[in-house]
Parts: sequence; C-alpha cells; structure tokens
Amino acid sequence: MINFKNIKKEFPILKTKVNGKDLVYLDNAATTQKPKSVINKITEVYENYNANVHRGIYSLSEKSTEMYENTRENIVKFINAKSIKEIVFTRNCTESINLVANSWAKNLCMPGDEIIVSILEHHSNLVPWQEVSKVKGAKLIYVPLLKSGELDMDFFINSFSDRTKLVCVTGMSNVLGIKTDLKRIIKSAHQNNVKVLVDAAQLAGHSIIDVQDLDADFLAFSSHKMLGPTGVGVLYAKEEILEEMYPYIFGGDMIRSVDKENSVYADLPTRFEAGTPNFADIIAFDEALKFLNDIGLENIEKYERNLFLYAKSKLEKMKNLELYIPENHEICGGIISFNVLGVHAHDVASILDQEGICIRAGMLCAQPLVKDFLKENAVARISFYLYNDEEDVEKLVTGLEKVTRIFE
Amino acid sequence: MDLYQENILDHYKNPRNYGDLKNVSKSVKESNPLCGDEIKMDFLLENGIVKDVKFSGNGCAISQASASMLTDEIKGKKVVEVLKMGKEDVLDLLGIDLSPARLKCALLSLYAVKRGVGGERNS
Ligand SMILES: Cc1ncc(COP(=O)(O)O)c(C=O)c1O
Repeated sequence: MINFKNIKKEFPILKTKVNGKDLVYLDNAATTQKPKSVINKITEVYENYNANVHRGIYSLSEKSTEMYENTRENIVKFINAKSIKEIVFTRNCTESINLVANSWAKNLCMPGDEIIVSILEHHSNLVPWQEVSKVKGAKLIYVPLLKSGELDMDFFINSFSDRTKLVCVTGMSNVLGIKTDLKRIIKSAHQNNVKVLVDAAQLAGHSIIDVQDLDADFLAFSSHKMLGPTGVGVLYAKEEILEEMYPYIFGGDMIRSVDKENSVYADLPTRFEAGTPNFADIIAFDEALKFLNDIGLENIEKYERNLFLYAKSKLEKMKNLELYIPENHEICGGIISFNVLGVHAHDVASILDQEGICIRAGMLCAQPLVKDFLKENAVARISFYLYNDEEDVEKLVTGLEKVTRIFE
Repeated sequence: MDLYQENILDHYKNPRNYGDLKNVSKSVKESNPLCGDEIKMDFLLENGIVKDVKFSGNGCAISQASASMLTDEIKGKKVVEVLKMGKEDVLDLLGIDLSPARLKCALLSLYAVKRGVGGERNS
C-alpha cells in the first residue's frame, strides 16, 4: 500500500499560504505542482553540467546529452513505445499537435478531405485542425457526446468516408473528466485505414498509457501536467509515420550536413527538434517520471478515482450546485465541473481564492463543449492529483458554503 | 480587502438601469467570450448629453455590478465628460482594487460606454 499522506510532503509549494490560508490546489488539469526531486534536478543541471546538448565534444556536454537522451529512453518505457526514434521533444502538448498538423496533415489533406474530432476536445486539439481545414479546404466532423458521457460511437463509425484522413481525440476530457474508449476508437479508425492522434494531456501521469496496446499513431502530452517542468512536450508517433513526415522548423541540430544550397536532414527523432532544446527541463522531467513510476500509475488512478467519488458524494449533498457529471461516471477520472446556481463561475473562483483554494473557471479552453453541449457561459472546475486528499474536498465544501452565503 | 463588498453585491442583485431602451441612438454589445461575460447597452444621446442608458447582460458580479454603477454614473452627463472616463473611475465606483484577470470583467462596461457615446475602445 502506498501511503498517499506522505506524498504531500514532497511538494514544497503545498506548504505555502495563499491569502493567509493553507494552499488547497485543485487546478491540476491546468498544471500540476512539482516535487522537490524535480525542482532540485533543475538546479543540479545548471550548477553541475549545463552545456548544450549534441554539440560539445567536452565531457560537460557529453554528460548533459546523456541525461537528455536518458529522459527520452524513459519516456519510451513510460508509454511503451518501440524506440527512441518515436519520441520527439516539443514545448508542450499543443506544439506536439501542431507538429502533426504542419508536418503530416497539411501535406496529406486535399480539398474535400475530412478530419474527425470529438466535441470533448480542448482548443489545442481543435484549432490546429480548423487551420488545416482552412488552408487545405478540408472539413471537420464533430463526434457528439451521449448523455451517458460516452462518445456517440455509432455516429463515429458511420462518419468515415473515403475522404477521412485523420481522427483527433482526447484520451480524457479536461472539462468532464471523461475517458474515451481509445482502443475501440483506434480500432475502428484503422479498419477504415485512418490514422488517430490521441491528445493525452490529461491522461498522461494519471493512467497507464501503452501506445503499442492502443496502436495509437500519434500521441501528445505535456510534462507540466504530470509533475514535470513547464516548457516540455512530447510527441509520440510511429516510426514509419515520422519517417514520412517533413519537418516544419528548420535550423541547427535537425541537420546532418549543410552546404550552400542544400541540407541533409538528421535521423529520427532530431529531424524534428531544430534549435537548442529545453534540455535542463527535459532532464528534470525524468525525475517526474521516476516519481510517478515509484508510486505506480495504477495506484494513482485508483486514488484519484476514490477522491472523485468522495467529492461527488459531498458535492451532491449541496442543494445549490449543478454538477456536470455524466450518467456513467465510471469512465471519469479526477475532474468535476460544476456551477453554483445563480453565481458566475468567476465569482466562485474569486471567493474560493480568498480561502486559499485554487480552482479553474470559465470556458476551460473547450468553448464548443461548454457552450454548445453544456449550454453554459462558464463553469467552475476542480481537478485532482495524487497530493490532494479528502481534507481538500472538505475545505472546498466549506468554501462553497461561503459562496452561497455571500450571494444569498 | 474583500472583493464582494456590500455595494457590489447590491448592484449585482438589484441592477440599476436594467433592460432595453425604446428610443435608442446607439446600441452596443461587448463580451469576454472566454470568461462568459456579456453586456448590451442602449444609449439615448441628445445635445451632447447622455439622456438615458440601459444595460442588460450576463456574467460575473464584477462585470454586472460595474455596468450597473457605470450607467448610473453617466446618466445625464456630457458626452465629452464620459469620453474622459478611464479605468480609475470604474475602480473608484467599485471601491476595490482588482487583479489584472478581474479587471477585464470590470472594464467591459467601460468599453461599451465608450463605444456607445462615440469613442473608440481603449483602456
Ligand atoms: C485535454 C488537453 N489537451 C491539450 C492541452 C494543452 O496542453 P498545453 O497547454 O500544455 O499545450 C490541455 C491543457 O490545458 C488539455 O487539458
């Protein structure tokens, strides 16, 4: 048994006070806090072996290069990829998705082609595809959500045509916490010879990801949402697909040789990593992977699920809340969106902030979902991670009671 | 200081000048789509004076209370005076300091007012 109580101690920020109150951090879907080991690693890099990677012949550079590549190797294991050639470092999940849009989709899509997305998508997995559609004259098809919380799989399966080029789907909704049936989605897409991009921003670090078992073609995520530093994203893509892709950022590091007119581009994956990478943070990202692996993703998933159930039961007891929890909440991870009746979500967030409680409010970067599906102008959202506990939920409930009192 | 002062809550719960104008010189809409704040303001301008103004909208207490206070403030005022109003005037009306994120909510109605009386949107 993992003792989750001790985990909180590893996160220095959780000891700080906000507006004179103990910090209760419930905005993990936006970004997560960092354990000491990650923070210390960043300092360690800068104090001990800061040197540009893949460039110096001297030992300092060799050391940083080795550490940098070590993170890549551990990401291979973390998502069960086949090789380091399939792991490209980017700045964030959004950039990973844009890399696929620019280097793969734009070269492939023709006027009249179709890209399937789901209504659950975060703007990061929508706007790039709108852009591809605009430039290439392709069309976006939205898979709707059933009341149960599942994507409408009949609609999905029937939406394939010989013009379908790509399916882009989130592994977990950042608004409703819904985990999509990725295996089934990918299987039916492949039966139609269509490739699938998985936005794993909310899934990574919360559930086990096995890209081979899923048979995902592309999978994108951000380090900062899984205990790691900001400024680090990952794109996984099958080697044979990456091999076909043409880079869209050019310059140093991504080349093998350069003469006056022409250049030969580097092997995978560095072909897609032009310029000096954020190596210090990438090296520190490895500490986040280690932290998660030590606890075990299965344990984390179970822990968050229990916290979800606890919060659900507490919030359901409050009379003036509208909870956006799907009928089949079994498929939800540790995210709950809600509104306090008669109070705008921003006011809820501001009052909770005075109590030291951080929650998200607004469109949550998912305007089509919030506006067209939930039919709301704004929602409030709590999202858990492994350092949250029942006490946090109780403080939230007390905070929400204060909201109600103020607006009575 | 507490954001949710009595006067703000009062204006939020009992907004002044709420609704539509029958006689309209100009009607403007402003919104912060990502926050979900929306304001519509109707203006009746006569001889360089804001003869009447009404607003309707949807959004957080800060955005709606500032619209209520601001419409109260500008009613009967000269347009040239209204055009001179700025961020500080809105904060004075609210009687609080706001973080940059919440300032956007408060200034929405100022933008509407500026456009409504003929000026351009600027803060
Ligand atoms: C589902 C989902 N996809 C993509 C992103 C984008 O992540 P990032 O901002 O790190 O690129 C987020 C984060 O907000 C998200 O929740």
